[in-house]
Amino acid sequence: MKQDGLKEAIGWEGGDCANIPLSIYTDREVYERELERLFYNGHWCYLGLEEEIPNPGDFKRTVIGERSVIVVRDKSGAINGFENLCAHRKMKFCRARDGNVGEFVCPYHQWIYDLQGNLRGVPYQRGLRQDGKLSGGMPSDFKREENGLRKLKIATRGGVIFGSFDQDVESFEDYLGEEVLRYFDRIFDGRKLVILGYNKQRIPSNWKLMMENIKDPYHAGLLHTWFVTFGLWRADNKMRLLMDPTKRHAVMAGTRSVQQAQAELVSGVTSFKADMALNDPSQIDIVHEEWWGEYTATMMTLFPSVIIQQQVNSLSTRHIQPSGPNAFDFVWTHFGFEDDDEEMHARRLKQANLFGPSGYVSADDGEVLEFSQEGFSANPSDRMIALMGGRGTEEANVIASENLIRGMYKYWREVMEV
Amino acid sequence: MPDNFELNRIAQLYASYERAINQREFEAWVDLFSSEPYYRITARENFEKNLPLSTLVLSSKGMMKDRAYGITQTIFHDPYHQRNITGLPFVSSVEDSASGKGRLVQCEANFSAFRTKLDKLSEVFCVGRYFDEIVEEDGALKFAKRVCVIDSEMIPNAIIYPI
Repeated sequence: MKQDGLKEAIGWEGGDCANIPLSIYTDREVYERELERLFYNGHWCYLGLEEEIPNPGDFKRTVIGERSVIVVRDKSGAINGFENLCAHRKMKFCRARDGNVGEFVCPYHQWIYDLQGNLRGVPYQRGLRQDGKLSGGMPSDFKREENGLRKLKIATRGGVIFGSFDQDVESFEDYLGEEVLRYFDRIFDGRKLVILGYNKQRIPSNWKLMMENIKDPYHAGLLHTWFVTFGLWRADNKMRLLMDPTKRHAVMAGTRSVQQAQAELVSGVTSFKADMALNDPSQIDIVHEEWWGEYTATMMTLFPSVIIQQQVNSLSTRHIQPSGPNAFDFVWTHFGFEDDDEEMHARRLKQANLFGPSGYVSADDGEVLEFSQEGFSANPSDRMIALMGGRGTEEANVIASENLIRGMYKYWREVMEV
Repeated sequence: MPDNFELNRIAQLYASYERAINQREFEAWVDLFSSEPYYRITARENFEKNLPLSTLVLSSKGMMKDRAYGITQTIFHDPYHQRNITGLPFVSSVEDSASGKGRLVQCEANFSAFRTKLDKLSEVFCVGRYFDEIVEEDGALKFAKRVCVIDSEMIPNAIIYPI
């Protein structure tokens, strides 16, 4: 189907962002165009944290979209990235998750690459001497310098590494926009990060649903008992929902409520448990950290590949790794700061119980995403509604709004031309 | 090494654990732990790199009770049956516990957990290894520590029940 055909097939009229066609979550052609236009061109994607590769020669393997990539620190200390794809037979040659190397060697034909991704060695490039003359080998016009690994443009800021296949992509700072960047810098202000560990889950839903989930303040105070009951995310929170000028990124910033919930806010909300008390309250032993400022939670969606979570004392990056239109892998990297004392270190680890695949507030997010996708798959020509807060895409400051979701689709429609 | 009598008791504890989680008897599950329990589910990657993050960590009896409440009352999830199969215990050491209250057994075992959702085929949910510390309290063997290290790289969406 041609591009215009796809637009026609989706049939999303005018400037509407509130009645979302379900085929955009299930259609293979839409997905392929997303990979091309959102993940492989024009955007910065999350690669990891600098602390994961602290020493020269340290590398980690990760992905941009569905492409395997390697991020490595070279001998000068610079961070480089390239696709995990041998220039010769296009084999995904690096199989280790991480490690320390002096060079990369594709095992198939022993082509050797340095830590900048340049091709350094091709066995028998000049052929083999047989009966006194050279035969075989590469033609004389084969140039190693033209056959390196496909390099990524790399940006680092505050210890976080982003990469792009698109060498012409705007600067990372311009990409985030001034205001979102301020929230990014609030967490990543140059303090040395400490990696606490990983959680990985496969969620059988379209990747965009996870972005929507973290642009949706409405659900968080309804679905999640711990948020509602303990006031961590509730209708009476002071809240700010902001976007970058393109509306692709967003920040949901909220201040927890320490007072009892007023009856009218929670009446009929079955997830609210007025009489629920923890047997071990240390699980929500929240200590206000100086750098928070007025907000106790900032949930950042950096389109298209990562969510950055600060929910009270728990911090993580959540990497979205799409795998076809109907599934994505969700990789959580929890971190703290080098200057955390022992209590804060322990607190971050304990509050991590709220998040991840078994988390008190995150386990059910994965579940509802799966059930949404089940609904979509059976009804691809239907639409869902995102009308909370109206039809516009302006900023909001109330939990009962879906403005950020509409904002993302305004941008998505522009780039996808559908 | 433990004698046959003690091995039988460990096997009975393992069987009781399996039964409790497979039957969704979460209070019975909590009761199989000592008064100062430690329960942890973590990815093999974290375990091998000595990274402290857990998928779930419960370091008090209260936290275990809160988890049992969470499973049944607060976490919205798809109904499913879980079938945990535990292998034989490999007992690595038996020694007097530091508290002087009887013996401390360190052992480990392989496990596999299957999941069956309503209207769906049964599937492998996760596989891995338990690292246990077992003590005697009030005449019964209890887990002082159970660390579940999961081989599975990707958790199929959510872990609700204990492993």
